[in-house]
Amino acid sequence: MAQHTPLFQKHLDAGAKMVDFAGWDMPINYGSQSEAHNRVRSGAGVSYVSHMTVVDISGIDASAYLQYLLANDVAKLDDQGRALYSAMLNEKGGVVDDLIVYRMSFGYRLVVNCATRLKDLAWMAQHSPGFKISIEEQPKLAILAVHGPDAIDKVCEILPADQADAVRSLGNFRGVELDSWFVARTGYTGEKGVELIFPADAAAALWDKILAAGVSPVGLAARDTLRLEAGMNLYGHDMDESVSPLAANMEQTIAWQPQEREFIGRAAISRHKQDQASGGLPHLVGLALEQRGVLREGQKVQSDRGEGVITSGSFSPTLKHSIALARIPVDSQSCQVEIRGTLTPVRIVKPNFVRFGKKVFD
Amino acid sequence: MSKFPDDLKYASTHEWVRIDDAVATVGISYHAQDALGDIVFVELPELGTTVNARAEVAVVESVKAASDIYSPLSGKILEINEALADTPEIVNSMPYDNGWFYKMEIDDANALAAELDELMDAEAYADHCAND
Repeated sequence: MAQHTPLFQKHLDAGAKMVDFAGWDMPINYGSQSEAHNRVRSGAGVSYVSHMTVVDISGIDASAYLQYLLANDVAKLDDQGRALYSAMLNEKGGVVDDLIVYRMSFGYRLVVNCATRLKDLAWMAQHSPGFKISIEEQPKLAILAVHGPDAIDKVCEILPADQADAVRSLGNFRGVELDSWFVARTGYTGEKGVELIFPADAAAALWDKILAAGVSPVGLAARDTLRLEAGMNLYGHDMDESVSPLAANMEQTIAWQPQEREFIGRAAISRHKQDQASGGLPHLVGLALEQRGVLREGQKVQSDRGEGVITSGSFSPTLKHSIALARIPVDSQSCQVEIRGTLTPVRIVKPNFVRFGKKVFD
Repeated sequence: MSKFPDDLKYASTHEWVRIDDAVATVGISYHAQDALGDIVFVELPELGTTVNARAEVAVVESVKAASDIYSPLSGKILEINEALADTPEIVNSMPYDNGWFYKMEIDDANALAAELDELMDAEAYADHCAND
């Protein structure tokens, strides 16, 4: 049986349909998925995402360890609270997981996926010998993600005045520690907002206050269409241990400089870069289907350069047509998707569809 | 709204049918639309085509999934619900009235009796959904 989170009853009270998500009872929808999605684009929505795994790294070698463990470079985090998105690669240059790392007063905080929790913790432990660090999972922390054009105002209404001021002045990808709470301007929706990481025993009361402030509950299903519109990858779908970050639109998250920084997977992805330049490694693109029909994960793609596959696809509630992420041969100019036995022409676009409520591709 | 109106017959694949004289109206049940979630496209049959009972006759695409719709009865397509092209969400909000799919002409009374025998009444269908 799936584990109940501290908000199990609160989700039911809000009308949630619950599903087992990697061992946790999580809300998939509270009524209409599209309505919840649209509330985040036009107002404010809150998701309970405590199934994600929080891992704190401290010790004098914390920076050196993470510079070895991650493809992005934590040296970029020049100030407390700053956040960085990164892949954690294996030696073959496949993606073990994707994560957010924050610089904290005590060192660093990583937020990794839920379904990958055990393998991530094992991977981190396996590569820690030789580094003077401590790796501590934080299972007693809860995470609430509040996003949408009104989200920051709504959260600030609830916080004490001095904390609200600190949150209001945060720039994007920056966070602030407020005693045992951490509030950061990060998220997975393509809208402004914050993620609040705080002691789980405060979760039920905060959830009630946020809903009372007029923020709508958003389930995992709407979270998935929001992140797809924002062109953000979902681990296990758009990439996994067999996929190079270069074949998953993650090139921008790799810190190639300084050249002397050795990180796990560096040699392999250096080869992948050459492979891609010669057409031997596919890349991840966006697809738009501006007529009837819905693109779905697993559908075959036929381009003028060869075959590919849709890694994530759905109807876009904001754009009112279907969009997808697909891995196809580089330099493809045109492509068709096999939808229910029929080859349908689709448009290749940048894998970023909606930001701040608006369409962003041509 | 009743989730299982008494005046309808139901297929195990979650379509409903309402018979008025020689015309049958077909849609999908409350249970079906709830399982599919937000419906975004409905592909309906061509007018004038003849369909057989239990044959694929329409496709529903929701944000979550695509699902085939099977005709509960045999007959000729008389009318399709044009409103579903622009407002497919009425299948979610009004599955038993404005969200109907198509109307068909029934010309063989003997075949109809046999086909209706294969369908469930509201009570049997409610049990079927409870065990789905």
